[in-house]
Amino acid sequence: MSGDRGWQTATIVSAQMRTPRLKSIFLRAELEQHLAGQHVDLRLTADDGYQARRSYSIASAPGAALVELAIERLADGEVSPYFHDVAEAGDAIELLGPIGGHFVWRPDDAGPLLLVAGGSGVVPLLAMLRQRAQRGITEPALLIYSAREWGELAFADELQGYEAADPSLRIRFVTTRGPAQRTQDLTQRLDASSLAQQLAAWGHRPLAAYVCGATRFVETIASGLVHCGVDAGAVRTERYGGVA
Amino acid sequence: MATRGFTGRRPAAADAQRLPPGQHETHDFPVLSHGPTPYVDLASWRFTLSHGPRPLASWTWDEFNALPQTRWSGDIHCVTTWSKFDTQWQGVAIDDLLAAAGVAAPTPFVLARSHDGYDTNVPFADLTAGRAMIATRFGGAALESEHGGPARLLVPHLYFWKSAKWIEGLRFTNRDEAGFWELRGYHMRGDPWREQRYTNDP
Repeated sequence: MSGDRGWQTATIVSAQMRTPRLKSIFLRAELEQHLAGQHVDLRLTADDGYQARRSYSIASAPGAALVELAIERLADGEVSPYFHDVAEAGDAIELLGPIGGHFVWRPDDAGPLLLVAGGSGVVPLLAMLRQRAQRGITEPALLIYSAREWGELAFADELQGYEAADPSLRIRFVTTRGPAQRTQDLTQRLDASSLAQQLAAWGHRPLAAYVCGATRFVETIASGLVHCGVDAGAVRTERYGGVA
Repeated sequence: MATRGFTGRRPAAADAQRLPPGQHETHDFPVLSHGPTPYVDLASWRFTLSHGPRPLASWTWDEFNALPQTRWSGDIHCVTTWSKFDTQWQGVAIDDLLAAAGVAAPTPFVLARSHDGYDTNVPFADLTAGRAMIATRFGGAALESEHGGPARLLVPHLYFWKSAKWIEGLRFTNRDEAGFWELRGYHMRGDPWREQRYTNDP
């Protein structure tokens, strides 16, 4: 569960912009198979030995040939700008993992499953939905995914593809500063009452809920879910504390 | 192994000395918790010292706040690689708790337990000799719930997951029992200066 193989060298195979600020990096790495929701640590070393280390959630489904990380560019960042501006295919990066045994989902976990993402917090949840789609799991699942505007909703096409192919999967996008693209989507910032409405409309009580995003978002959603009667022990959170 | 094209952003020399390996300074106070923030009612709040299942001493909120107060300021380090400098805390030193209870540590191992079911193991040696407190104030104000209020453990010389939020008690255990994160891949002690992040770190 914690990178039993120690630090290893991974190679960047390719990269792809997902939104103007989110870039997927595809790595070839000899990782143990990860669980959806886990992360890896990356370590960058300058010529004089100075090192910087960061954790990134894995976007790819367990078993995928390449490890996909989706890295958000942080304006005052030290590591994320490296991946956006400097790194390219063929570069070697040190990697440790997979790591984490709490914010993880396994295909045989009991449903219904609720996923709530704010911004780049969608990344570990995407790994869950990718694995769910691959396994053909049909326990009810709801993803509520909030960003400022439609263009910042990474992976929206892929997610809608899963939704179109699977009647048990329901997706609601939330755009807090831009118009909705679909009639069923929301344009108001999520709060306890809109969350309650969405759960009621879905018609299921989640047995597992995963909430990932910035601190304030996660606080609002996690408290809101408890307020809606979801068992606090069923709500798993992961916060991006604005660390660059 | 040097990373092609990576130069990094080095902290000033004085700051670099304060940063354990692999850490960088943040000016925020990020929140990391495994689930929803519990809201703890002060009227029913209790803090309990126990040896296994057996209570040794217990305090209500008012009783707890009447105990001798300790202040500490310094740097804290989160396993997710941020460090925050010059944080200011106030609370009750673990040494003063044991003195108030009139007990000596019955075992060398402690499990810090929280209202939300979280727990984390800390050797007693890391809690005594003024190295740890139950903190109720941060930066001169009551500790906010998202940062662990009304009271959290503060063990600033270990990674901050050891500083259990929403603490309800310290339980002495007969062996070193892994807590929540320690069962999920994180190190049993968590010394940032030795970079003891994950289970297999030295």
